[in-house]
Amino acid sequence: MPGTDLITIINNKQPNFKAIAVTIPYADEIVIQVKAEDFRKVCLVLHESLSSPVMAFFAVDDRQKQAKFTIYCYFLNIPQGQWVAVSLDIPSVDPYFDSLAKDIYSAHLFEREIWEMFGLEPRGNPDLRRLRLHDEVWPTGNYPLRKDFREIIAGEKKDYKFARVEGEGIFEVPVGPVHAGIIGPGHFRFSVAGEPIIHLESRLGFTHRGVEKLFEGKSLAAGLLLAECVSGDSVIAHSLAYSLAAEKIAGITIGKKTAYCRAIVLELERMYNHVNDIGGIALDVGFSFPAALAAIIKESILQANEKLTGSRYLKGMNKLGGISLEMNPEQQEELTAALSKIKEDFTALVEILDNSVSFVDRVDGTGTLKMEIAEDLGVLGLAGRAAGVKIDLRKHFPSLYHEAKHKIITGRAGDVLARLKVRIEEFNESGRLIAEFLNKISSAETEDSKINPVSGKALGYSEGWRGPVLYWLKTNPAGIIERCKITDPSFHNWPGLSYAVIGEIIPDFPLCNKSFDLSYAGNDL
Amino acid sequence: MYSIIKTRLLKKIVTRSLKPEQAAALESIGLELKKEIRRKFGRSLHLREVDTGSCGACESEIMAVNNPIYDLQRFGINFVASPRHADALMVTGPLSKNMEIALKKTYDAMPEPKFVITVGDCALDGGLFKGSYYIDKKINEIVPVALHISGCPPSPSRIMQALLDFMRKELA
Ligand code: SF4
Repeated sequence: MPGTDLITIINNKQPNFKAIAVTIPYADEIVIQVKAEDFRKVCLVLHESLSSPVMAFFAVDDRQKQAKFTIYCYFLNIPQGQWVAVSLDIPSVDPYFDSLAKDIYSAHLFEREIWEMFGLEPRGNPDLRRLRLHDEVWPTGNYPLRKDFREIIAGEKKDYKFARVEGEGIFEVPVGPVHAGIIGPGHFRFSVAGEPIIHLESRLGFTHRGVEKLFEGKSLAAGLLLAECVSGDSVIAHSLAYSLAAEKIAGITIGKKTAYCRAIVLELERMYNHVNDIGGIALDVGFSFPAALAAIIKESILQANEKLTGSRYLKGMNKLGGISLEMNPEQQEELTAALSKIKEDFTALVEILDNSVSFVDRVDGTGTLKMEIAEDLGVLGLAGRAAGVKIDLRKHFPSLYHEAKHKIITGRAGDVLARLKVRIEEFNESGRLIAEFLNKISSAETEDSKINPVSGKALGYSEGWRGPVLYWLKTNPAGIIERCKITDPSFHNWPGLSYAVIGEIIPDFPLCNKSFDLSYAGNDL
Repeated sequence: MYSIIKTRLLKKIVTRSLKPEQAAALESIGLELKKEIRRKFGRSLHLREVDTGSCGACESEIMAVNNPIYDLQRFGINFVASPRHADALMVTGPLSKNMEIALKKTYDAMPEPKFVITVGDCALDGGLFKGSYYIDKKINEIVPVALHISGCPPSPSRIMQALLDFMRKELA
């Protein structure tokens, strides 16, 4: 039986457990189908023994063919380089499942999402407020991701209930959804006692566009274009995660040269975003000279992107099974030259920041997210690594990054300074990786393949600059998408920000916020 | 401190014209524009940006317009923090149901005379997101739109050029 070692681990804690089925559809994915009464227990064992947060948790409406819903809960098995999914069938009448939220915090938001989008009740979850379908504009009882949803039928519109901190001298300060800067919309409600923040509730979902539903009915090729527009600063991260899922379903592997090209553009995306945030952090403490320098560096990378691929944000070049990027010697030379100039500027930028005592003093110890809390909340990616959470998908799955000796960059303190430092080091590491990839690319062969329509389901993933981006796809035999679940790292990390600002003052919120720089669009979908 | 001075001296001025060959023409448009703005809005034109569901790339380009390389401010166009200080509203993204009220309120908070500019293909009619259960209305059904700048996202030079052209034609 496949997955014996995992089942043994579960049986050590739950001797009576028997899986309905265990399948290994792909080398990097294992799916354990369980009975309703085992679902919660099995998830708890995996969560603890794999030390993995819930990486993705979602429902699929299979009622048309099988009169049931299915839910999947994905964990990450780092030592094995494998995704572990627990799946459960839920009958279509009175659909519910046992909530994990009280034991696994990282399951909490996913459950609220399943509830609002599918109407499957996570029984035992104490907080079923909706995330994206705002109560003021979307009546109750309408579940848009159900297959039979056509239009809104009557229901009740309500007001959203914010968590309230009560007591003498507690003030509430509401901010947003429209903010002072050129950024996305979100509502933040601070409860303060005197100056320090004692509670922050972020209400998001303002940029909800119903993206997952829009994927349904599209061909795999058409879906790729949409994936590039889900989160505009992570075009490649989303595009790669999506194409990996599609390529797994179609059973094709990409040529080595494509793999190099993809890795190069992924690192370019990381670099322009990291330097953007480094500038943003400087700006938010009023240190405008390095901020201007950072803006110049970002612009140089965007221009290098445009020269290389025709798009400043690297859109429209990744294809299923290949990439339309030649990377001829001339392009390689140009990119190398551009990067060496960028590196020079970047070194100057870092020197300025490092040498400013008042700047370092300002970011040191501000907005701290401790490792234990980060782990409990399931904070991932850059923000997680800055707190010491060693998760980086580039490392855990076999890829080009291994031969390039990629090193995970982590911090310890989990404050703004730590997040800044991780960015600086990752920026340099990305530059090194690109040079390494460019060295090898000339000898790499292109053997790309075409996608033929097939049915299947698979998880695709990439480590974007913010953290892991996950796409789960299900197609029908004509290769048409039936369900697409997107998990952007922002969805995992927003709760981290609420903890990091506790004890800080409101004027420091923009600084803390920038140091996480989470996506509204990626979170709200 | 010394490294700041050194970098500053070495970097010199990085501001670039849209296209080098248009440098002279652009400067004159810029100056003309400055005059127009002075006449119509008193000294400078203030813009306020609202995201009604964008993917973030359009914002990134609007931010780039303000970076030292494009530096829109030199033509007297500034971005402001409050709608109450704004002459024009820049809107990006398809219009998510959740943002309909916020968009209307932001527009209502602006003093007259005022106008609205939509930026990016999504902002015209929903773009790729058209037909979603959560995109009901177009932006121009909520507020009157005077100018649309197309692109996904439009590049900074495109945004600048479109603004300059518009100001010259419509507001002269
Ligand atoms: S127009 Fe393009 S870049 Fe702008 S918000 Fe829409 S998808 Fe994003």
